[in-house]
Amino acid sequence: MIMQEHQHHIKLPEGSIEKQTTTLNLGPTHPATHGVFQNILELDGERIVSAEQTVGYIHRAFEKLAERRPLYQITTLTDRMNYCSSPINNMGWHMTCEKLLQVKTPKRVDYLRIIIMELARISDHLICNSIVGVDSGAYTGFLYVMQYRELIYEIYEEICGSRLTTNIGRIGGFERNFTAVAFEKLEKFLREYPKVLKEFNNLFMRNRIFMERLQGTGGISAERALNYGFTGPNLRAAGVDYDVRVHTPYCSYEDFDFIVPVGNTGDNYDKFLVRDEEMWQSLSIIEQAYRKVQEFKGADADVYHADVPEYYLPDKKDVYTKMEALIWHFKIVMGETAIPVGQVYHSVEGANGELGFYLISDGGRTPYRLHFRRPCFIYYQAYDELTKGSMLSDAIITMSSLNLIAGEMDA
Amino acid sequence: MPLSNEFIQTRLQEKFGDSVSAFEQPYGMLSFEAPHEMNLKVMQYLYDAEDLKFRFLTDLCAVHYPDQPGRELAVVYHLHNLTDNIRIRFRVHVSIEKPDVFTATNLFSAANWMERETYDFFGVNFIGHPNLKRILNVDEMDYFPMRKEFPLEDQVRLDKDDEMFGRGGSIN
Repeated sequence: MIMQEHQHHIKLPEGSIEKQTTTLNLGPTHPATHGVFQNILELDGERIVSAEQTVGYIHRAFEKLAERRPLYQITTLTDRMNYCSSPINNMGWHMTCEKLLQVKTPKRVDYLRIIIMELARISDHLICNSIVGVDSGAYTGFLYVMQYRELIYEIYEEICGSRLTTNIGRIGGFERNFTAVAFEKLEKFLREYPKVLKEFNNLFMRNRIFMERLQGTGGISAERALNYGFTGPNLRAAGVDYDVRVHTPYCSYEDFDFIVPVGNTGDNYDKFLVRDEEMWQSLSIIEQAYRKVQEFKGADADVYHADVPEYYLPDKKDVYTKMEALIWHFKIVMGETAIPVGQVYHSVEGANGELGFYLISDGGRTPYRLHFRRPCFIYYQAYDELTKGSMLSDAIITMSSLNLIAGEMDA
Repeated sequence: MPLSNEFIQTRLQEKFGDSVSAFEQPYGMLSFEAPHEMNLKVMQYLYDAEDLKFRFLTDLCAVHYPDQPGRELAVVYHLHNLTDNIRIRFRVHVSIEKPDVFTATNLFSAANWMERETYDFFGVNFIGHPNLKRILNVDEMDYFPMRKEFPLEDQVRLDKDDEMFGRGGSIN
């Protein structure tokens, strides 16, 4: 990547002591930028005059790859976008396919999906909030909550085998029923995690140094945030209560009772508080969902996928013994299933905002066009406006509290 | 009165007449098309009209249709009315020889990088964009990778044996 070949006419602020600005290259490999993206900052002393962002260091051509893969193979691409909360990406993709294929998932599947998605949201917000702590100098919080992120990853591992890039679920449901061990681990999490989060709050929320570092920096007004296409906790911190789970409920979210926390000024402290409260709300949703799952008795308790043999691979033992299962298996793997022609846009509330999937199908085995609406990519544009006039150290905190995940930015 | 797809369609047809066309509602979302020189007029109308209020740009992307000569590149805008919770999809087609579309950055700041991404991958030239250069790919690239004619894989690799990968030597 060629460095900037020209300096735009940069207007020096009033009262500037230097007669020119210093160009500082922040990234792409830098301990404070969590992911690979670069910022070329023009500094006047310690104040930022302008920032130019460069992204694309982890671009992996997912949209082009998706044009060559059948629908069930694209899940592995979606994992790797927001890798801190990959189950949400996976579920969002499955729901997009289900919308296209007009598959209706049973309630138990929906509730199990909600448990997984909210666990992923907790994991992502935990990473973001503890990293904000690390960037302001407090490493303890991050390391202490790491143990509970491990527990969440162990729950994923019980269900799908992988910890981080999960490829969890299938179109129509899950690949296997949740085992008793998975539910035990979930219960352990629900028992132990609230105390941990409370302790994390005690470390940071009313800590004077932390509050003074975070308040008043990186703020944005609600109108500008909406114009920039912000969604998710960053928009809610600015005062707009747009949450896709409430606005356009999907996956039976309408059966659950939770509040959407909203901030005031959109500054870094508001973002921290919004994410923190969302973690408490996610915990409440998981408890409600777990209770609802336990209410299914008998045969209902064994339901873990929709009854759609055209799109859901049959059990291997059936493939070897039953004719119909063999035929369905063959058709699905060889791509002979009937995918309708059409275009669908579906979005879910990812940890960073509205994660959208625009899928155009031409009836073939692979999509004609798949576009990911990635929230990180869209709101990172505002970074210049957020940090203009602020100090360099505030700019670092702004960057980490925006929760920029490079995988989602570049796809 | 509750905002519905039919109401939006009626208002658009009243204002723009025959310029807006191809109304359909796949999976419940109203989709329509307009000529490429009118994209800003349509979006400005949808933004300003008090009973339409489409003030949030959800997404901007492009699609390449090599089998529709004269209108190969489609730029698709997804707009969202947050207060009434309605989404619409609006597309403009341009020909691949002269893919010029007016930029939406003055209306929606979110369009800035989304248009750069569209330029980077499809070569759509956004007239009036403040900084139209490649964003995700290397600056030296001189082709537009998401267009259908560009193959997914590098054709000059000698180390991959297509027979072993079940492709029998051809890329498709």
